[in-house]
Order: sequence, then C-alpha cells, then structure tokens
Amino acid sequence: MSNSNLQDEAIRVDTEKGNFSYPEDYQFDAGVGLTEETIKYISDVKDDDDWVRDFRLKALEIFKKKAMPTNWADEDLENIHFDEIRYYLSKGQVPARSWDDVPDDVKETFERLGIPEQERKFLAGVEAQFDSEASYSRMKDDLEKEGVIFVGSSEGLAKYPEIFRPYFGKVIPTSDNKFSALNSATFSGGSFIYVPKGVKLKQPLQAYFRINAENFGQFERTLIIADEGSEITYMEGCTAPKFETATLHSAVVELVALKNAKIQYITVQNWSSNVFNLVTKRGMADEGAEVKWIDCNIGSRLTMKYPGVVLKGQGARGEVLSIALANDGQHQDTGAKMMHLADNTTSNIISKSISIGEGRSTYRGQVHMPRHLKNCKNNTECDALLINTNSRTDTYPAITTRGQNNTVQHEASVSKVSAEQIFYMMQRGLSQGEAMSLAVNGFVNELMKAFPMEYSVELKRLIDMEMEGSVG
Amino acid sequence: MNNTLEIKNLHVSIDGQAILKDFSLSIPKGEVHALMGPNGTGKSTLAKVMAGHEDYTVESGDILLDGESILGQEPDVISHAGLFLAFQYPMEIPGVSIANFIRAARQSRLPEGEQIKAVEYYKDLYAKMDALKIDRSFTARSLNEGFSGGEKKRCEVLQMSMLDPKYCVMDETDSGLDIDALRVVADGVNLMRNQARAFLVITHYQRLLDYIVPDVVHVMYDGRIVHSGDKDLAKELEDKGYDWVKEEFTDATVGA
Repeated sequence: MSNSNLQDEAIRVDTEKGNFSYPEDYQFDAGVGLTEETIKYISDVKDDDDWVRDFRLKALEIFKKKAMPTNWADEDLENIHFDEIRYYLSKGQVPARSWDDVPDDVKETFERLGIPEQERKFLAGVEAQFDSEASYSRMKDDLEKEGVIFVGSSEGLAKYPEIFRPYFGKVIPTSDNKFSALNSATFSGGSFIYVPKGVKLKQPLQAYFRINAENFGQFERTLIIADEGSEITYMEGCTAPKFETATLHSAVVELVALKNAKIQYITVQNWSSNVFNLVTKRGMADEGAEVKWIDCNIGSRLTMKYPGVVLKGQGARGEVLSIALANDGQHQDTGAKMMHLADNTTSNIISKSISIGEGRSTYRGQVHMPRHLKNCKNNTECDALLINTNSRTDTYPAITTRGQNNTVQHEASVSKVSAEQIFYMMQRGLSQGEAMSLAVNGFVNELMKAFPMEYSVELKRLIDMEMEGSVG
Repeated sequence: MNNTLEIKNLHVSIDGQAILKDFSLSIPKGEVHALMGPNGTGKSTLAKVMAGHEDYTVESGDILLDGESILGQEPDVISHAGLFLAFQYPMEIPGVSIANFIRAARQSRLPEGEQIKAVEYYKDLYAKMDALKIDRSFTARSLNEGFSGGEKKRCEVLQMSMLDPKYCVMDETDSGLDIDALRVVADGVNLMRNQARAFLVITHYQRLLDYIVPDVVHVMYDGRIVHSGDKDLAKELEDKGYDWVKEEFTDATVGA
C-alpha cells in the first residue's frame, strides 16, 4: 500500500493542473497562416538539409490538394481555420541538457506538471517539448554508451541521416491523409529514437508535449527504430491551457520494429477541451517482432486517432489497447488498424470507451487479411459504457478476411451505468462522483492490468478528476 | 429523540400515486422490529424513501435519525448519518471488487486527507467474512456480478457489518435464500445486535423471524401499519395468511 502512495506522489498530472499558461516570449515566430514562406521560415530556422526542405514543400502541396475527410469524419473539422493558426513558435532550437539551463517560465511549467520528479523516479530519459521545440532533453549516460540515440526530429535527420532517413515517412507516407501531409510540411520537435541490436531498455523513455501559446499548432514528429532483438517502452503525455480559441495538435508517429524487436508505445492524452487532436500513428513489425500501442484519450475537443500495425514479417504481433473517455462537448473518434501481410501473424484490439453527458465516442477499426495468407489471427473487442441518456457511441468495425486458414473473432458490448447502480453505491456512502468514478474504473479495470503500473495510477487519477467534474 | 429511528406521519407518492399513507413507526436502539405485509403494500417503498431514493415524492411527514431529519438529504449523507439499507435486489457493479468497494465506502467516512490502514482493514474484512462463511477468494470478485441469490444476500450483510451502521433496514433479505443460507445470514445479523443499534427487518414470510427473533412485529397494509404485536404475531400471520389482514383492515383503510 505504501507503494501505491509512492506512485501517487510520483505522478502529478491532472486536468486542472495543466490549466495555466505563461506570457509569450519567443525568439522565433513563423507568424499566422500557412504558405510556402512559412515552411521556408521553419526550414531556415532549423537549418534543414536540402532534401528535408524539398520534403516539406512537397508535403505542403499535397496538404493543399487533399480534402478534409468530412465525408466520414466529424464535421467539427470544418471549424479548424488553417489561416488563423501559428505554425512555429520557439525560444531556440537546441534543448538544454540540464533543467538549470531551461528558461524559468518553461522550467516552472514542467515542474508544475511533475516532469523532473518523474524523471528522477522511474524514467530512462525525458524530452520536454514546449510549443514547437524541446526545451529539455536528457537520457541516462549508460544508454548513450550502449549506442541508444534519443534526439529531436531535426537533430535526428541532420546528425544521423544514415539511420533515420531510410525509414522517415516510409511507415506513414506524406499522402496518407490531410493531417499527415500537414505534419510532414510543418513538423518540429518530437523524438527520434534508435535502439541498437539486442539492447533492452529496462525503464521507459518519455516525451512530454506542452502547448503554451494560443492559436497554435503543434506538429511533432516521432520515429522509433528498434533494431533486431531490442526492446523499448516509450511514453508520451500532453497538456495545454484552456484557451477560448481552438488549438491544433497534429502529430505523426512511426514505429519500426525489426526482427524480434519489441516496441511498446503508451499515450496518456489529456489535452484541454479546446484542442483538435488529429494524429496518425503506425508501426511496422518485421519477422517475430511486436508492436503494442496503449492509447488513452481523456482530453481534447475532437480526437481522431487510429493507431495501426503493419504485420510485415512472419510471426509478427500487433496490439492496440485503448481507453477513451468523452465528457460533455468532447468527441473521441478512435480505433485501430491491423494490416496482416505475412503468414502466422496475430493481432489483438481491445477498445473501451466511456461516454458521459453529451460526450460522444466512436470506434473505427480496420483489420485486413489477404487471401494468400495462412494462420493469421485477429481478436477484436469493443466495449462501450454510457453514463446518462444523452451519451452517444458508435462502432464501425471493418474486418476483411479472405484466407482459408485465418481466424477472426469480434465481440462488442454496450452497457450503461444505471441510476439504480449509482443509488446503490451512494447508499454505502460514496458521493455521486465517487460512485460514477468507481463504475468507470471497474469498466476499464481488466484492461488497465495490462498497463505498466505508473500509467494505470495516473490514468485512474485522471478518470477520478473527470468524473468529479462531470457531476452537477 | 436521541437513540431512535422515528418515522412520523409519512405520506409518499410516486407519479401522483399515493404509496405510503400516514405511516408512523418508532424504533429505539437495541430493538429489532419486523415489518410484514402482503406484496404491493409499500414495504420496499418505505425502505427506499428512508435511504433517500429520488424517484419518490414525500408529500408530508418526517424521518428522523437520533432526532435529526434526513428528509431531502442525498443518499450518501443519509448513509454517513448511520442508516444502512440491505437491498432486496443488490446491484451488480462489474469490475469493482468487493474488497475495493467496501474500502471505498469506509474511506468515504474518514475525514479529508486521512487514509484507511490497509492491514487493519483486511484483518477486519477477513474476520467478518469468516463469520459469514464467505470464502476469502470472494474479495477479488466483482461486486454481486454472477453471484447466486444467497451470495448476494451474504454480501449485503458483510457490507452492513463492515460499515457499522446505527440503523439497519433489511429489505426482504430472506427472499431467494435456502435454509442454510438463511441461517448464516441470520447468524450474521444476530452477531450485530446490541444496545447501540436498531433493526427494521422487512419480510413477507415468517420463516426469517425464527432465526432473527424480533422484539416487535408490525403488520403493514395499504401504506401504513395496521397492527403491531410481539413475535407471536408473526406466527399468527403465518397461520391465518394475509387474506385475514385484508379482510380485517380494508374497511378501516377506506374509512381513513
């Protein structure tokens, strides 16, 4: 029990804790709106190589040509005004290696969010991004000696092109969707990680993404390459203040697990309710490799995110475990994609969504197994919990199986927290908020057992905060 | 009055239909009162109104615990004031273990910032489970989910003993129990009987009262108590059946 108290102290991120901002003070500002000039400004500031400049400019053209996916997605997307957003804001391009060298307001921000404390307690390395650039980045020395690379996107492409360039934009091509194109044009920050053959990281690496400025777009780019037989767990967290105007977060995350490597990628998304969170995430798993996404979406105005795994090599495994909580005014449009491209590949999708009040959650799944494959397996479970009658939940599973020897299993359920259940729990002394929180925790309990301890504690705290706030 | 549960001239309706009609009852601590009566006479409504269920409208009258009115209070406030309701149909709460649920209920009684001491809590929980012949593996099971009727009722009594209420209202705790389970549940209740606690045992059948011997038996009909007596009244009812009550008291009710 004392252990769980320790964990409570280690993690201090909750919805209200993130709701503060410091006055703006940036040396680099690309101004408002998105043109070729904006892209060139970003490239100049970052001193991009020519091939990166070309990559960005081509991406801008693709972005302009691509239509909004409102034929199937939430029409709320129309409320994103690309010409009113600021695409690059920073205080400099080189992150500090010591918290002492981080500007005071930025340092205070991350201290209030508990990041340095978590780093001391259980992390192998941390990168803390403030608007467009990382202000702090540090990995334990022994990992550096083993050849692990943990840098930002610009540094990764400039310093280690032989490692990162072959995979950059290959798992998620620029033209994948409108927002992957936008990110490819404007990307800044994020983590580029390389884990050498056979190296197994015992502690997670973490990135924390913070939006401080209003009308801002954050476009971090992450690429993780786990070489043969290596293992890594990566965790990302995020918050922003509650501004009146909409803020855009549009990341691209590519994972490459080479033969027999394992990558576990954990997200605890807690954006404020003015943030459009439109993220493309995909992993590629070679022979015998495993890619696992643990994806928790608590905050934001609209989240659209469908982490995927391309199962490219024999015996590869892919997994998406997700929890989405949609409170009043929120739409969590999440899901998973599994592309089976080799024999004996297995995938597992477990999705739990909670809709409260006017909140809305949607599950979209895609499982693809072509005819020529043998012994492929997929398991998909989607469970929705509704709290009060206005909530809405939709499930769109698309499973295409064509082979003779492939198996697919799909289960879905919708349940409600009834007024009688709440009354029963309140009769035992729990407040209405505590009762709802307990019911929600019960709903996600089994799934959370699969999460690393530190994150299930944080997630439980976030759920408690959300449920307390939803009573009234 | 201190040390007493008092229900005074209570009129309760749901959707405009009167259910409790001038219902009065007073139970001092240290006593066990049984409330019997035919189905549909308002017994379960009374239990839910006492616990603060929001579906019912209290037209007039009052309910007092130790002289303090609990009318209009939220269910959790009434629970903290010392009233426990053992439900006729306990709710299933998927994913929430018995141990965590009771712990949360106990935690809600502590002052802000104070934490339950886990070792003491589990010691107490296991002792009470042993007394109720509940296997220890139950602590990890989801509350009431997939429980048999008997398991649910034993779990209600376990919660009751863990929360140490001053006033226990038991709504048809005997329904769905075989004779062995009935004995275990009754033993659990009898262990809790003392001078600092009062019980209202609501039941349709006399059978339970062989094991939980009441100090006073009340007969309820058409929304109010029509007759009271000692434990022998329960036996008399068993022999004569509820038709006797209907015949005896229907006229009086019409007149009232």
